[in-house]
Amino acid sequence: MFVAWRDLRFARGRFVLIGSVVALITLLVGFLAGLTGGLASQNISGVLGLPGDRLVLQKPATGKPSFSESVIDSATRTSWRAAPGVDDVTPVGIVQGRASIHGAASAVGVAVFGLPAGAPASIVADLTPTDDDSVGLSAGAAADLGAQVGDRISIAGSDYRVGRIGGDAWYSHTPVIALSPDAWAGVDRRLGGDGDPTVLAVAGAPDWDAVAASTDTTAMPVLTSVTALETFTSEIGSLGLMIAMLFGVSALVVGAFFTVWTMQRAGDIAVLKALGASTGSLVRDALGQALVVLLAGIGVGITIVAVLGSLAGGVLPFLLSPLTTLLPAAIMAALGLAGAAIALRTVTHADPLTALGSNR
Amino acid sequence: MITLDDITLTFPDGDARITAVDHVSLTAPNGVVTGITGPSGSGKSSILAVAATLIRPDSGRVWIGDTDAAALSRDDATALRRDSIGIVFQQSNLLPSLTAREQLLVMAELGGRSRRSRAAVRLRADDLLDAVGLSGHRDKRPAQLSGGQRQRVAIARALVNDPGVLLVDEPTSALDQERGGEIMDLLARLTRERQTATLLITHDLVHRDALDELITVVDGRASTAAHRVEA
Ligand SMILES: Nc1ncnc2c1ncn2[C@@H]1O[C@H](COP(=O)(O)OP(=O)(O)OP(=O)(O)O)[C@@H](O)[C@H]1O
Ligand SMILES: [Mg+2]
Repeated sequence: MFVAWRDLRFARGRFVLIGSVVALITLLVGFLAGLTGGLASQNISGVLGLPGDRLVLQKPATGKPSFSESVIDSATRTSWRAAPGVDDVTPVGIVQGRASIHGAASAVGVAVFGLPAGAPASIVADLTPTDDDSVGLSAGAAADLGAQVGDRISIAGSDYRVGRIGGDAWYSHTPVIALSPDAWAGVDRRLGGDGDPTVLAVAGAPDWDAVAASTDTTAMPVLTSVTALETFTSEIGSLGLMIAMLFGVSALVVGAFFTVWTMQRAGDIAVLKALGASTGSLVRDALGQALVVLLAGIGVGITIVAVLGSLAGGVLPFLLSPLTTLLPAAIMAALGLAGAAIALRTVTHADPLTALGSNR
Repeated sequence: MITLDDITLTFPDGDARITAVDHVSLTAPNGVVTGITGPSGSGKSSILAVAATLIRPDSGRVWIGDTDAAALSRDDATALRRDSIGIVFQQSNLLPSLTAREQLLVMAELGGRSRRSRAAVRLRADDLLDAVGLSGHRDKRPAQLSGGQRQRVAIARALVNDPGVLLVDEPTSALDQERGGEIMDLLARLTRERQTATLLITHDLVHRDALDELITVVDGRASTAAHRVEA
């Protein structure tokens, strides 16, 4: 790194420029990732907050299983409960509706979850009230309604008391409100449903596929089950595509810069080889230099993302976590290095004989 | 000491091959400047390139100490250049981002197990810059040095790793006559002081006093009788 460091200092301007480009792309990627994460969490954190190892949905005659269309009848519940290897089955009802705080003129959209008290602990299960007259509000629901414990709210024409306010859980961009199964069945019927739960949260280790096939259901791990949320796939798909394109752009930009830079240095590289520099040491120098530029650019970019993200968190759905900062940063660094590696051809192929020529 | 033993080197030229070096044998002893002269295109640089292990000859041997440098692999030749051969190019070939002193220090950073400690290289670099009369210019970059000063830095750089062999290709071609004479005298002095086997190419003979031996190359063939130049 002897020459690499001095080149960095000597050609400061050029390296600051490419570092800034890297920082800018990192900023874009980080911001998009944070936004994607935020949107995703507003879409699916309620589903991810359900108990159990897998979620069982009704398998429609045609098309993909869907949270909004699934209905689990009592025969299916019984079959799953009876299947060998199943430890626990929690029937969950999910329906979207509107709720308003007592006396307020306007209503807010909410996701009404119904599940029995005493289900295995999870974010949503912990909201669940023990009686039919109470509701548990997720933090987002409480904030949207402006409700506190003890307030009365109305959902689909019935009044409930706010029994507890818990963690954050969202479903399809609406905050989660948890009810007892009977209260939920009432809400579902008033909204046009038949009161049957829509999902089973199953814990244990049964022969998932066999039981699912015999009951006309699908049993997906909680994380993959979110593809059954129509809005989620399309939303995350397009944002994910943008992020992937930005990754590609950054690899290209860094690769192009270091290719041109290394070609400019081809004469120096030939001289160093003629003086006895091993190809290994020259490659280390070149990659080390690229890594310094990348880490500096990415570091600045991620710092700005973290600052902006914490500011934007109140206004936008923005998720600031290692998954939306460190992971994109690591991918940027890896892709950038891969881009810089394209330039290594010039280093490994430089012919020290050319250093002897008089027309450098 | 470096000995070229029956070296032949050809280059592809269309369908045929052109013979740049034709059965050349020569010996450059330690402490002596052996000059190689001859018309343009006669094969002088080619001889130097073979001696420097920058190109492998078609046949013949290059003895540096008791190593046949012509038979070495690419990597071993690189290591040999690093440790045992100093090269001064026609152009100074300094690195633009390094100061005069750093041009010398970089010689300890070229890879391989460095033979000497960095502190020792620093001392040696200062000593060499002193020897070429540039102690006052150690922190200047090539762009801030004159052509003659650059060539002095290049000579000092070639000597940092204490090579047994010093190969010099037309060191004065970019300099005026006076500056050229100084460089030649410097090379002659350092050759004696450091007992290097110096092989020096020059096509004009204004500075022949600085040469101890002179070999003339014509059409790739060295004149058999290397004659003593009276100083
Ligand atoms: N890389 C090469 N490829 C093909 N032919 C070459 C190459 N290098 C040299 N030659 C040929 O080899 C012959 C000797 O060239 P060389 O460079 O050794 O001459 P020289 O004596 O150093 O000349 P000058 O005084 O002009 O530098 C020339 O005919 C030249 O055209
Ligand atoms: Mg030549």
